[in-house]
This record gives sequence, structure tokens and C-alpha cells, in this order.
Amino acid sequence: MNFSRRSFLAGSSALALSSAPIIGRAQGSDKIIFASILDLSGGLDIYGAPMAETTKMAIDDINAAGGLLGREVELKLYDAQSTIQFYTQYATQAAAGDRAHTVHAGITSASREAIRPTLARFKTLYFYNTQYEGGVCDYNTFCTGSTPAQTVAKVVPYAMNKWGKKVYIVAADYNYGQITAQWMQRFVKENGGETLDVEFFPLDVTNFGPTINKIQTAKPDFVISALVGGAHVSFYRQYAAAGMNKEIPIASTTFGVGNEQTLISAEEGDGIIASYSYFEGANNPANTEFLARLDARLGAGRPVMNELAVRSYEGAMLWAEAVKMAGTPDRDPVIEALRTGLSYNGPSGAVAVDAQTAQPPADTQLVCDLVANPNQSTFLFENGLAAAGIK
Amino acid sequence: MDLVVAVLFQLIYVISNLALISLGLAIIFGMMRVINLAHGEFLMLGGYTVVVATNAGVNIWVSMLILAPLVVGIIGVIVERLLIRWLYGRMVDTLLATWGLSLLLVGIVTSIFGASTGTTVSPPLGVVRIGDYSASGYELFLVVVTIVLLFGVWLTLRFTKLGLLARGTMQNAEMASALGVSTSRIYMITFGLGAAVSGLAGGLLAPMTGVLPTIGATYIAKAFITVISGGSAILAGTTAGSVLLGGINGVFSFVAGSTFGEIALLMAAIILLRLMPRGITGRFFRKSI
Repeated sequence: MNFSRRSFLAGSSALALSSAPIIGRAQGSDKIIFASILDLSGGLDIYGAPMAETTKMAIDDINAAGGLLGREVELKLYDAQSTIQFYTQYATQAAAGDRAHTVHAGITSASREAIRPTLARFKTLYFYNTQYEGGVCDYNTFCTGSTPAQTVAKVVPYAMNKWGKKVYIVAADYNYGQITAQWMQRFVKENGGETLDVEFFPLDVTNFGPTINKIQTAKPDFVISALVGGAHVSFYRQYAAAGMNKEIPIASTTFGVGNEQTLISAEEGDGIIASYSYFEGANNPANTEFLARLDARLGAGRPVMNELAVRSYEGAMLWAEAVKMAGTPDRDPVIEALRTGLSYNGPSGAVAVDAQTAQPPADTQLVCDLVANPNQSTFLFENGLAAAGIK
Repeated sequence: MDLVVAVLFQLIYVISNLALISLGLAIIFGMMRVINLAHGEFLMLGGYTVVVATNAGVNIWVSMLILAPLVVGIIGVIVERLLIRWLYGRMVDTLLATWGLSLLLVGIVTSIFGASTGTTVSPPLGVVRIGDYSASGYELFLVVVTIVLLFGVWLTLRFTKLGLLARGTMQNAEMASALGVSTSRIYMITFGLGAAVSGLAGGLLAPMTGVLPTIGATYIAKAFITVISGGSAILAGTTAGSVLLGGINGVFSFVAGSTFGEIALLMAAIILLRLMPRGITGRFFRKSI
């Protein structure tokens, strides 16, 4: 057989050339890529670590049920280390490098706003699974967390009914706290109450003594809190140390979502009312089953479940339902499927997507209409509610 | 009237709080000229000592007043022997080294205890009633402890042999050495004492603020600003700096809210250092300790 080195090289390089695109396509069609970017270290990991656990569980559940459209789903999990810069970097990596079919990412609003434009530019479907201040109006972005019109609108009338009409607001000094405080004032007013004072605190404040004096001077019927992060937990301790927890009760839209109840003693936290779309104690079959499987996965030391963690699971499942309905993981058909009002029965009950705002129907409906203007990509509350014409 | 008393009490608490978190730094930075960026972490370690010891069944007073300073003091001595003693007289290098140390300590504590730690240690002592107002009895206790601590450090520096040797060594190490003082030992003891005072402060604050691996970051800037504003006399300086800055912070926090309280504190420090670049004790109480 006449087999020269030259012909071998020519033949093998031709094979290499021709096989490259086949390999590329094979990778593309084999697996569906699900990317997740969360803070698994740094100050925000109290939120991020449980979210990552439930995301992993969701992908395992999908694959255990035979994957999607007969294809395996592969999870690419990135740790943004509580640093915004890594969010942008990993979003680009997920969209351009991994060719992810969907990216579920972000904890703070700042991280969401950092990656939303990147993912829109790469036409990569984006899910944000955290409770937030509302106002994102974006064709490409699905926000599954609850917003002030869902939490504040419930807790304010309930607390006013229970305790009285004079309210004192304490909130964290960044956009979540500022915007949530505006909603609180609005709902207090709508329910015929009076806001005595609104106070904002930088995230590293640990001495709340002057505020406790002011609350004692103002004598509200109750205090409502949108305080955020580890340092602000001091408020609840010092409030209890001054004996105030027995005199003026507290309602909150944030107490518990960072598992604050496990950071202070039972007496200090006793009596605080919080409003969420999910509590671990929720008594329904889906939740019981979910928690049992979580226990089996993670054992006794597993994190306490809160809305962020459960919504991360449900966000992944909503997306999976949409892929099944669309018959393809491609972005546009999946978005179309999601916007049919698709719903999923999860541990927190039935969650459905609102076609008008691409998230659970809420406050954002007042300003956002993606049916009329599908190509929007804005964050309407960026400069407070006045910018959106609500205040 | 009740309000005036309640606000005044709060003001005194804010001031003593500032003095408490700054005193350890005043010894290490003000006296020894070591820019200790790990000061916040010394406070944090004091807090963790209290939480761990109390959860293990140790009496809370024992863990706050004895264990916290002891543990952090020992850590301070180890740090001084391994790291700081090579760096005396090289201020900028101490900054870099202690910054690294701060990151290391945060990392170690995070990997042992996780990012959030249940501090189920409530402030002991009940509630103090001031007419219509109430304050925590523990805050009153902290004010008393701060005064006792300041007085104790003053007595040590002013009247004991150790205090005399320490002051002499910090003023002129070569001369002290020539006179037969083991300066290396004095440096080690002084650094250890500074760390112990920080540990005590962190331990005492733990029931009020809780503990987090990163809680040091909330103290470090304020402690440095207080010590620098105070100037070279560490005790008089720290006290004067705390009274001035804490007073301004407290008043503005009460009148305009916490955000403005923090801004006012920083503004006051900037103006003060513009007018008195060497701190308060660079101009007043110059002969004091």
C-alpha cells in the first residue's frame, strides 16, 4: 500500500478540519446549558449559598426526570464573591463562552443592573430570582421574586389593623430600602394611617441608640423595618435590650430573608411580623415534599429555607416548563412560552408569569407594559418612584 | 426633661462606645506607631471569644471580662512575635502587613464559623427607665466599663514601672535599650496589652451588635479617625477625640438621622485635622499621657 507521510498529513488535517464543526454542533445539541451566578463567598453568601443549593437541586431534579426534550441540562455555577465586577465578567463568560441557554443570576439590585445589559446584548434569557423593589421592564429579563406591592401591601394593612395607625419606618440606605420606604409610606397613607418619621441607615451602622430614643419620642403604634445585612441585625438586639420589643412591635419586609431569626435569640426576635411569599413552615404538600428531599440531600445542617432559596428552585422549574412547552431551549420561543401566563406549582404555591411585565403581577404593572412595547429594557424605579410617575 | 436625660445618656453612650473601640488602637498605633489595620479583627476575635465561650456554657461575665482580653492578648503577642517585631519604624510596611493579617483573620474565622453566626447572647442586665423613656442597662454598664478602663490604662502608664518603661521605649528605644531595658520585651507586652484591650472591647460589644467575620470593617475607620484626631497623647487624645466626634455624631444622628450623623463625624474630623494637623493633643493638653 502506497501510504506517504504527506498524504497521511493531508488526510488527517482534512479530517480535523471537517470534524471541528461537527464536534461544535454535537456539544450544542447534546446538553442544554443553565448558568447561575451567585455570591457564594463574601458578605452576601448568607443569601447566595442556600440559593445555589436549591439551584443544584432543581437541575438534578430536571435531569432525574429525563432532562429537557431528551437532553441533559448542565449547570455552570459561578461564584461572584460579592463583587459586582465578577458578575459582569461571569455574565459575559456564561453568554459568550458557555453559550448558556439561560442565566439565573444576581442577588442585590446592583448586581442585576450590572449584568442585565450584557445578557440582553448577547440575547441570553435572564432570570432574577430575588425579592426586589420592582420596576424592571425588560423583554429579556424575568424577575420571579416578590416586590413591595406584594409584601408591603400585605404587611402594612395587617399590622395597622393589629396595632394601630401611627407608623415609624426604618430602612437601609440604598435603592432597595429607599424605594421600599416610599411604598411603605404610600400604603400607610392609602390605609388611612400616618407615617411619623422615615429613617435611613448606611449598611455599616451598628449603633441604633439615637434612633431608639427617637422612636420612644415619636411613640408610634408600630415600627416597620426594611433594614438589610449583618450590621443592621444590631437594631433588633438593641431594640430588645432597651425593652422596646415589649412596648412597640415591629413589622418587616426583610427580617428573615437573610435568616436573621437564627442570628438573634428567640426572645429578641419574638413578635416580629414579616411578610414573604414563602416560609419554611408553609403547610402544603409540595413544600413538605420539597423539604423532605432537601433534608435527604443536605442532611441536618442544611440552611433554613427562605423566599430567595425557594424562588431560585421555582425560577429554574418555570424555565424548564417553558422549554418543554416551546419544544426548544432557544430564547425567543421560550420567552413566548413564558409569556403565555405559564405557571408552576412549587413549595410556595402556584407561581405564574405575567405577560405584561414578565414577572409576578405587581406594582410594576403600573408602569410596565411589555405587550404594548415588547422591546423595552429599562429599570423604571432607578431614580426612585418619582421617575416612574408613581410617587 | 425625660427626653433631655435620655438623649444625654445616649450621647454619653455614643462617646464611650467610640472611646472603647479606639483605646486598643491608641496603644498600638498612637503609642507604638504601628498602623494596625487588623484592629477591627482584634475586636471581632474578642466578640467570637465571647460567643463561643458563652455557647459552651461559660458565664457571660467571665467570658467578656476575662476570656476575651486574655485570648486576644495572646493572639496579639503571637502576632507581634511573628509579624510586627520585624517592622518597627517602618510604618508603611506595618500597614501592608496588618492589612494582610486582617484578611487572613477574616478568612480563618469565616472558614470556621461561616459567613453569618448566630449570636444568641443577649445583653445581660435589664432595662433602665428614664420617665417615659427606656434604655438598656447594659449600655450604662458599658459606659462605666469604658471609664474604668481609661482610668486603669492611665494608672498603668503613669504609676507603674511597666508604664514608665513602655513610655520611655516608645519615645526613644535606643536610649531605653542603652539604659538596660529589654525593648523587644516591652514592645511585645505593649502590643499584647493593646490587643487585649481591643479584645475586651470587642467582647463587650458582641451582645449589642452581634458578631460577623466582617464586623471589624464597621469599626476600623472610626477607630483610626478618633485616634488620629486625638493626637499624640494617647489617653487624653482618645478621650478628647471621642467626646468631640462622638458628641457630633450623636447630636446629628438624633437630629437628622444616622446617615448625617456619619457624615458629620467625618466632616468634623476633616476640619479638625485641617486646623490642628497634629490632632487635639498636638495643641491642647500637650503634656498629658
